[in-house]
Amino acid sequence: MSATTAPPNPPPPGPPAPPTPPAPPTPVDASASPARIPTWLRGPLLTLCALILALAVGAILIAVSDEDVRAAAAYFGARPGDTLSAIVGAVADAYAALFRGAVLDTRAESAAGLFAPIADTLLFATPLIAGGLAVALPFKAGMFNIGAEGQIAIAAVGAAYVGFTCQLPLVIHAVVAVVAGLVCGAVWGGIAGVLRAATGASEVITTIMLNYIARFGLLYLLSTEAFLRPGRNDPISPPIADSAALPALLSGSRLNVGLILAILAAVFTWWLLTRSTIGFRFRAVGANPDAARTAGISVPRAYIGVMLIAGALAGVAGVSQVLGSERVLTTGISAGLGFDAITVALLGRANPVGVVGAGLLFGALNAGAITMQAQTGTSLDIVTVIQALIVLFIAAPELVRRVFRLRVTGGGIGQLSKGWNA
Amino acid sequence: MRLELKGITKRFGTFVANDAIDLVVEPGEVHCLLGENGAGKSTLMNVLFGLLHADDGEVLLDDRPVTFASPRAALAAGIGMVNQHFMLVPVFTVAENVVLGDEPTRGGGVLDRALAARRVRDVSARFGFELDPEAIVGDLPVGVQQRVEIVKSLVHDAKILILDEPTAVLTPQETDELLVIMRGLADAGTAIVFITHKLREVAAIADRITVIRRGRVVGQAVPPVDTAELAGLMVGRDVTLTVDKQPIESGEVRLCVRSLTVVDERGATAVAGIDLDVRAGEILAVAGVQGNGQTELCEAILGLRPATGSVTVDGAEVLGRPVRETLDAGVGFIPEDRSSDGIISSFSVAENLILDIHDRAPFASGVAYRLDACRDNAVSRVDEFDIRTTSVDATAGSLSGGNQQKVVLARELSRPLRVLIASQPTRGLDVGSIEYVHRRVVRERDQGTAVLVVSTELDEVLALADRIAVMYGGRVMGVVPGDTSRDVLGLMMAGIPLAEAEAEA
Repeated sequence: MSATTAPPNPPPPGPPAPPTPPAPPTPVDASASPARIPTWLRGPLLTLCALILALAVGAILIAVSDEDVRAAAAYFGARPGDTLSAIVGAVADAYAALFRGAVLDTRAESAAGLFAPIADTLLFATPLIAGGLAVALPFKAGMFNIGAEGQIAIAAVGAAYVGFTCQLPLVIHAVVAVVAGLVCGAVWGGIAGVLRAATGASEVITTIMLNYIARFGLLYLLSTEAFLRPGRNDPISPPIADSAALPALLSGSRLNVGLILAILAAVFTWWLLTRSTIGFRFRAVGANPDAARTAGISVPRAYIGVMLIAGALAGVAGVSQVLGSERVLTTGISAGLGFDAITVALLGRANPVGVVGAGLLFGALNAGAITMQAQTGTSLDIVTVIQALIVLFIAAPELVRRVFRLRVTGGGIGQLSKGWNA
Repeated sequence: MRLELKGITKRFGTFVANDAIDLVVEPGEVHCLLGENGAGKSTLMNVLFGLLHADDGEVLLDDRPVTFASPRAALAAGIGMVNQHFMLVPVFTVAENVVLGDEPTRGGGVLDRALAARRVRDVSARFGFELDPEAIVGDLPVGVQQRVEIVKSLVHDAKILILDEPTAVLTPQETDELLVIMRGLADAGTAIVFITHKLREVAAIADRITVIRRGRVVGQAVPPVDTAELAGLMVGRDVTLTVDKQPIESGEVRLCVRSLTVVDERGATAVAGIDLDVRAGEILAVAGVQGNGQTELCEAILGLRPATGSVTVDGAEVLGRPVRETLDAGVGFIPEDRSSDGIISSFSVAENLILDIHDRAPFASGVAYRLDACRDNAVSRVDEFDIRTTSVDATAGSLSGGNQQKVVLARELSRPLRVLIASQPTRGLDVGSIEYVHRRVVRERDQGTAVLVVSTELDEVLALADRIAVMYGGRVMGVVPGDTSRDVLGLMMAGIPLAEAEAEA
């Protein structure tokens, strides 16, 4: 920055309406069509473009890592056509397998088999949606919850303990176990909220530290008599009682009632943010804590409330894992879900509907990745890279706009970062 | 150097921001560019600087047509600009800031600090600025930071200096100092364009005045001028700078402050044992130079900062209670910093209108928030308070300052109030909005509310007050009738107690 180049003083707003200087034309602005893209469509459109771009980069990685391509490339000079067809073949095979694993298994022999991949996608999406909400809600209140990982683990501990120790009737046992999990998650999240409210300690720091405590606390618990499965030395709990398990939604699939809980959590979060006075206060505190305070809103209470609820939302992910898909408590119960949840919340623009969409997309990619690796030998890790690229492209919307020559402003997720340093 | 703008026209779509504006600035003169917010002053200067391109017209420097591609080119040609928002790096020293972008170096690209400091000292000495080149900019008061900005231009030999609303961020004292500096620069031959909407400053310094309204030059004048006439030109109608007020019928004491003491974050005593009574149906104005404890006084009454002593509303103690309870006791509050404390700019107008009543009927039933009630309320408030907005769903940040303040007013005055505390209610507003705010505050008083107005603008104090309390150094120097002379008030604002001030004036 130069000391002498003063940026333009924005024309003071006032009646008549302030003129906004027209945006300078960008050199890549080839599409002369002045048609405006409606505001509500900009975010999804940008996401779609980012997805296409990420898949394109993923295609390059698939091609480079494919053995046939490398073999053909060895005599590229003699027969370049071989290399090209090997590339097209490798990429097409990998992405076709990804699709079969995530959406429709076109090679299945029965109708149930055709749709089985969707069940897998939903199973993977369940904890991502719930965990994504646990990150998205605090975003709206100006807080960055990095602690979903720990909250998921602690919630799983609570739910599992009730699940394998208590003897309760069929439905009641599951309900009690779920509630125990949510309460444990809420308490774990609430600790960070209380610390922020009472001492001003950044929740970014405290939640990261609470993740470590949760992770190693879980490891310790699994070595104690109360949690270790009798007769085992490796850290694994007794199995969850059938009465406490979340019932399956489809026979022959691990997809369970946890999905319903995650969808309910999304509906609840949407309602909380847009249709409740509590959410009004959360949003006010997130957007301008000084004005909120001046209007008589208790900022510390909002911090505590947000983190309690966020912990419970992460708890939904924890209970769906331990009571639904895993049915046993191990050290890997959260397995990085809490960090993927941050990505999902970013992709979903901290908006409950967006989080559901982002969770489904990531669930599909995760489900498809397994089939892709099994059927074509393409590494699972490619999908992780694609997921990271999607978010990276969305975080840099200008890049996507230039590639696709979009005349769209806004829609990026940069504005979310407002609360990160708070 | 002589600057001439000829027929400058700038359109944004169908909106004409500048319509064939002519302006001549002679060397050695202070030329005031006067106009309401949104009149087109800043657009005109941005055209001059090459930040915007004029649709028509030309810029002449010493009768030669010029166009600037960037502010840098303008500066090279001898035109310097000081923005309302400073372009300074807070952690750098004064000297480093001044040379930034044009750093003198010794061999190997090493910054020549000594030369940088000497440049600052030379310019400072020439114009009597008293700037320490080694001071860290972030530690300096706003008025001194502004001087650093001016020095930045002068170091580059600016012959024409544009000051865009320089006094908006200054205390009255700093404003006076700036006016002295401007006069000194003009006497040394610099042409100064002084953009403002404060009439008193114009009367104090201008050699020539150009009034702009709705993108057109509506009048030019050479002092002495009648400030009421200038105000009329600015807003396009006669403005009463004094508010029509009926004599007071004050009742019982509503707000009672006793021995209120506030110690601020740095451990300094900001408010030192203040006693005040505000009665029903009167306006008590707290006058004083900014930074004498007024801000802390208001915040302590509201419960936003810890304090000792006693504050009662209708006899009930509110000090030490949460803000919520003070508001519930019937206290309305218009904060001095509208954009940081008054509104949430990313919230809609409708939501801002219920910020402090969102959790009660009809806006809430239980914990459910009633969108329809919120909208209905907004529609009627927007109509009642003449808030200019495209829709009640538009964000508050998209409104002009005057309309944002109307949102705050509408919110606070829509509850039944016992006490209204208005801190700097018209800061940064144009004349039309000031007039509106004043009328609403007086109407609230006439309805029997006890009103406490804090203002650093003496004009405002004299226009509104039934009684005036003058604050200095965290103390009340005296409480005097609303028609006390400016001289006495001025002396009290400088820390002279009432009795002495009356004797001296």
